[in-house]
Order: sequence, then structure tokens, then C-alpha cells
Amino acid sequence: MSDRFEPVIIGFTCNWCSYRAADLAGTSRIKYPPNVRLIRLMCTGRLDPTFVLKAFSEGADGVLIAGCHPGECHYLEQNYKALRRYQLMTRTLAQFGIVPERLRLTWASAAEGARFAEEIATMVEEVRQVGPLNWPTRPVPRVEQASGGAA
Amino acid sequence: MSKPKFAMYWASACGGCEIAVLNIDEKILDLDANFEVAFWPAAMDVKYKEVEAMDDESILVTLFNGSIRTDENEHMAHLLRRKSKLLVAFGSCANEGCIPGLANLSPREGIFECAYTSPSTENPDHLRPRSAWQAPEGTLTLTPLQSVVRTLDQVVEVDYHVPGCPPESHQIAAVLDVLIAVVKGEAELPPKGAVLGAGDSTVCDECTRKRDIKRISKLSRIQELPMLNTEDCLLEQGLMCSGPATRSGCNSRCPNVGAPCIGCYGAAPGVLDQGARLMTAIASVVDEKEPAAIDKVLDGLPDPAGTFYRFSLAHSLLRANRAALAEKP
Ligand code: SF4
Ligand code: SF4
Ligand code: FES
Repeated sequence: MSDRFEPVIIGFTCNWCSYRAADLAGTSRIKYPPNVRLIRLMCTGRLDPTFVLKAFSEGADGVLIAGCHPGECHYLEQNYKALRRYQLMTRTLAQFGIVPERLRLTWASAAEGARFAEEIATMVEEVRQVGPLNWPTRPVPRVEQASGGAA
Repeated sequence: MSKPKFAMYWASACGGCEIAVLNIDEKILDLDANFEVAFWPAAMDVKYKEVEAMDDESILVTLFNGSIRTDENEHMAHLLRRKSKLLVAFGSCANEGCIPGLANLSPREGIFECAYTSPSTENPDHLRPRSAWQAPEGTLTLTPLQSVVRTLDQVVEVDYHVPGCPPESHQIAAVLDVLIAVVKGEAELPPKGAVLGAGDSTVCDECTRKRDIKRISKLSRIQELPMLNTEDCLLEQGLMCSGPATRSGCNSRCPNVGAPCIGCYGAAPGVLDQGARLMTAIASVVDEKEPAAIDKVLDGLPDPAGTFYRFSLAHSLLRANRAALAEKP
């Protein structure tokens, strides 16, 4: 056992491409790090920024969003919407002290099992470099019932 | 029979909530007719010691406005929780952190730096506030600033929520009417945890401006758009408007007069995180597909976190900047 930091990464994948790419990677026995927990959406257009914030606030060290290549979304232009959300989230998250390495957007077609696996490996390495996020779960009260307070 | 007791307290707030309560005109007489005001620092002089001496739960209802920023705020939240049967988080600060909550984007040192050392501050001796100071006459104390702003319900249990910055006067009057009807035995208390004095949809739903799935290729600030028209949705005219994610209740006051909604009624029902919903809304209207072009539009929004979470940062999923959260409380 090494005590190397193993980041937890939540991966939101589109049903039509990237999820199949991950599947293909699996059936072709392409190895990729086990750090990513994949969650299948019908399309990246369903990716509500709330999901990303929830993942970070509840223990994820990184979030991966993977959809169909530009122009190939099965619901027309939803992956462009995902791209805009991603760019906006990156800017907003920076103000919270969450570095861009922790949120990654990638495109992968159903045939790109090997590329998708590589993409995951790269992300795991990058997140490992920036270290654990450990978002505090709740604000800690400081003053107990009796004490404190200028009167 | 003696009248039930009423209290109102301000923690870290601007005082606007108190003014809003006084703005209910002659309704204030109904308050006086039906309640004994036991504690209300903005209106009368009652010492904290006197509140401490009251029996637990002897105040029927306390309207608590302001966020929890200092040890004193926290102490008062616990004290008033103990002394009150019903504790109401009143106004945006108590509910969601409001403008004071924006300080959560900096660690404490950044706040002090900005307030006491920035170029606009005349402070040659680099003075900083301290929690204790030895004066010849004795020790002077100042309540310490905590690492982050918290909302009332992050500190104690809250019975009801009244949103708004400040809550609209007609909504405050309606809330008082409910309380008075309960006191008179004419109505039941609303279910615990209820949001009172607000609507249950979004500001967009109340707004009468025309929406037309128009896409925008530029985000501007209001002063950069001299030709705002009076009929169309402001977001579609290129202004950041928080209406899509904000709770209704104000009759879309701001867009009615040509100013975008800045989100003061907080997250709309069913919206977990007001900022996340606004990111969705903005990403939907921007009419670009290339990363560089998208970035150019987004440059029109120089402070996204401060804009999307102007009122709800302290109650958002992330609540504060990482460095601020990591500091000792
Ligand atoms: S975005 Fe603003 S201006 Fe447009 S409909 Fe909603 S509240 Fe009205
Ligand atoms: S329009 Fe928005 S900012 Fe204006 S009062 Fe209503 S909720 Fe508040
Ligand atoms: S269907 Fe794959 S991104 Fe839309």
C-alpha cells in the first residue's frame, strides 16, 4: 500500500458518447485509474452547475464533464450550453479558491475508449498534483450558549 | 391578561430591516396593541442583562435580522433562541448572509487589509481593531470577527423565514397580521420552517417584461446601455438580471422600473443554490459556441461569484472561499 493521495473524481457523462466511450474502455480492457465515479446523464445539457457544487462541497476533489464532440450532440446544441456553463463555472469557482484543474470538460465519442481513458488518467494526475480539496462540511459554531458577547 | 411579548434584534446588518418594519405605517399600532415590546435595541433601551434575566421562552416571537459575523452576534442568537418561543429569521442577512456574506470571498486578513490599509484609507499607524485594549480606566473589549459569516439557521434552530433585503412593507404587514390572528386564536401557526411574506415562484414569473428566447452576444452594465427599452426582458437586452433564480414576493419591483433584479429575495423555491441556477440562466442566453468568443461575453461579468451570490453566498453550497473556511473560527 502506498499512501499516495487518491483523488475522488465525479464524472458526469453523456449517455450517447462518453458513457459508451467509458464502456468501450472497459470491454476493451483498457486500464484507467479507478478514481472516477461516473454518473450518466442523457446529455451534458442536463448538467446543472448545482451538481458540480454539490460534488465539491461533499467531498469530491475534482469533477469531470464529458459529452459528445461539438456538432454531435444528440439534442442538437446542448453541449455548447454545457461548454458555456463550464466556462462560467470555472470563473466563479476561482473566486471560491477552487483551481481550474479540478473541473475538466472533455468531448469523447462512443469509439474513443482509449482517448477517454487517457483523459481520465491525465485528470487524476493533475488533481493529485493540486492535492485534496476537503471542503469543510459545515460551519463550526464557536461560542457556546453561556459565554461571549460584549454587552 | 398581559400581552404576549415581541422582540426584534439586529446582528450584522445595515439597519434597513428595522426601517422596513417602521415603514408599515399605522400597522405598527396593531403591533403595539397586540404585543408588549420586550426588547428592540433600535426602538428602545433594554440591556442584554435584562434579556438574560427573562424566563426561557417568555418572548412569543423574535424577529432576528442580521447575519452572524461576530462572537456577540452568535451569543445573541443563542440567547434569543432560548428566550423565544418563535424565532424568525427576518430579512436576507439572517436567512442567507446577504451583503455582509460577500465578505466570505476573502479570508479575514483580506477584509482587514481592505478596510484598514487600502489606498483610500488614511491610517498611517496601521491600526487594526483588537478584541481587548488596556486603557488607564480599565480593559476595553470589542467582540471579535469570526472567520466567516453564517446565517441564523447555521447557528440555531429557526422557526420561520421572512426573506428580502429588506422585506417589503406590505409583506411585513401580512406577516404581522398572521401573528396577530394567531394571538387572538383566530388562526393556526404556519408549519414550522415555513417561508412567510413571500411568493412561491420566481421574480420572472411576476415580471411583466416580454421574454422571447432572444440570445445575447454581449453582457453590459446598466450605465453602458443608454437605450434600454421599457418592454423587453432586461436579460435579453444584455443586462445581468437575477429574476430567473430569485423568489417572488416583491411584485418584481426592480425590473418594473428598469433596473435588473439583483436577487434580494434569495433562492426561489426548489432552487438549492441561487448562483448555480443563475449560471444556468446566463449560459443559456449567451449566443456563442467558440471558447474564446464565450470568454469575451463572460468578460462583461467581472465578478461572477459576487453577482450570482450577491445575497445568498453564506447559505450557498460552498458558503465561502476555501481559505476563509480553512481559518480558525
Ligand atoms: S430576467 Fe429580469 S427582466 Fe427578464 S423577465 Fe426575468 S425578472 Fe423580468
Ligand atoms: S426585483 Fe429582485 S432585487 Fe428587486 S426587490 Fe425584487 S427580489 Fe429584490
Ligand atoms: S447528447 Fe451527448 S452531449 Fe448532448
